Amino acid sequence: MKKYASAPAYPYVIWMLIFIIVPLLLVVWYGLFKVENGNIQFTLEYFARFFEPVYIQVFIRSILLAVISTAICLLIGYPLAYILAGSTFKNKSVLLFLAIVPMWMNFLLRTYAWLTILEKNGIFNQVLRFLNLPDQNLLYTPYAVILGMVYNYLPFMIIPIYNALEKMDHSLVEAAADLGANKRKVFRKIIFPLSLPGVVSGITMTFMPAVTTFVISKLLGGGQSTLIGDVIENQFKVSNDWNFGSALSLVLMIIILLSMRIMTKYEEENAGGGLL
Amino acid sequence: MRKTLNKIYTFLIYLFLYAPILVLIVQSFNESKYRGKWEGFSFKWYVEMFQDRTILLSLRNTLLIALIAATVATIIGTIAAIGIHKMKPFSKGLVMNATYLPVLNPDIVTGISLMLLFAFISIPLGFTSLLLAHITFNIPYVILNVLPKLKQMNQNLNEAALDLGASPWYAFQKVILPEIMPGVLSGFLFALTLSIDDFVISFFTTGPGVSTLSITIYSMTRKGIKPEINALSSLLFVVIMLLLLLVNSGNNKKNQKLEKNY
Repeated sequence: MKKYASAPAYPYVIWMLIFIIVPLLLVVWYGLFKVENGNIQFTLEYFARFFEPVYIQVFIRSILLAVISTAICLLIGYPLAYILAGSTFKNKSVLLFLAIVPMWMNFLLRTYAWLTILEKNGIFNQVLRFLNLPDQNLLYTPYAVILGMVYNYLPFMIIPIYNALEKMDHSLVEAAADLGANKRKVFRKIIFPLSLPGVVSGITMTFMPAVTTFVISKLLGGGQSTLIGDVIENQFKVSNDWNFGSALSLVLMIIILLSMRIMTKYEEENAGGGLL
Repeated sequence: MRKTLNKIYTFLIYLFLYAPILVLIVQSFNESKYRGKWEGFSFKWYVEMFQDRTILLSLRNTLLIALIAATVATIIGTIAAIGIHKMKPFSKGLVMNATYLPVLNPDIVTGISLMLLFAFISIPLGFTSLLLAHITFNIPYVILNVLPKLKQMNQNLNEAALDLGASPWYAFQKVILPEIMPGVLSGFLFALTLSIDDFVISFFTTGPGVSTLSITIYSMTRKGIKPEINALSSLLFVVIMLLLLLVNSGNNKKNQKLEKNY
């Protein structure tokens, strides 16, 4: 009896092998191998294409836009999470809930709606004109892409930080205040370090979708700000170069793995040293 | 002073988050077909969306795929979680690492890897491939929701039932399932939401003729979104919002009752 206790997992294990493991092996296969005269050969030629100046530029742009968006999300998301967590409003879960609700509307539509706001005679420029300020043509610039990323991923930053602040032991804050720390010091020495795990997962959850997106750049960047996701999409949907597309996907996976490594390591170090 | 500043800040962020949604809802009542111009209030698009075959078909596909995928994923995932829970640490670690892959991998990588698989085993891209893809990315979320409940549960209950003569199936129904039900339900809802919301993975695993709402919307973005889509989305948004508020207030009442009792 005991021997077969894990048997219920077997159907799933088979499913997982077919639909998770094999597909990823296929990506590796297309990205790193080729068949020449019936011989299977390991090759780096698809990877090498990644180092052409065009793609290096795309790569740098992808990282840069994702880093900037993540930083903006952190800068405007942290204060909001802080305000929400400290709110005396009796139903503050409702406030947090309101930050998540927009995600229930299709994200393509929400992103597309920014066109109406940002276009030449759009709402944003009309507000500017009303205030006697000069027009801004943001649409189809990298700024619009950053705005789209911040807009779409801001809740991913707010929620984990809010959760971390909520879980915090408030007697620590009181103790620090009793011992004579001023507000700024309490924040710097107690509150912020304790909220770091939330900050770390917020950064990961914002950076990952931002660096891999191809929709936001297409809709708001108007083909001016090609990202690595756009190039991959192009290989599979337009130019049918599965080898190069797979090689690029492997690059993307490496970026994600590396950034997660860095973040978890950072978190571990701080969990060890931050409190003691 | 500080309080007012906080309120203004919160208001501005929420304005940012809701501005596009307000724009969409306002547009759905716009008489004009073009998004830039306001030509008067009208319910026109709310009537016309029920005559648009493409939109209705995509809505049907979205709901059908989400419901089937979430149900199948919940069944496979729940049973899998029970097995995984009993696994030896080493194999458990292996299986859980593989389970995390679709969660951590970028959607675009999951999408193209499944596309390669369907080409490899020659399943034509269409409804079936789309459904298989959705089940695949849903299962991990069910497992991750159910496993914690299994860990919290008293491990002796199942054995006690078996010792008292219950068959494994009977024990599962009467002992395990009621204990893990909250996890199963939240896993199902998670899966349903992800399925309805998904664009990227569907985009790479569907074929000609089979569109979900997201895919239809994406193909429209090049020519301009039809106002009927705005009407449909506004309607769905309001319905979901009301449902969530209802569930939320129901929960609050329950909590208040519990608090009174203790």
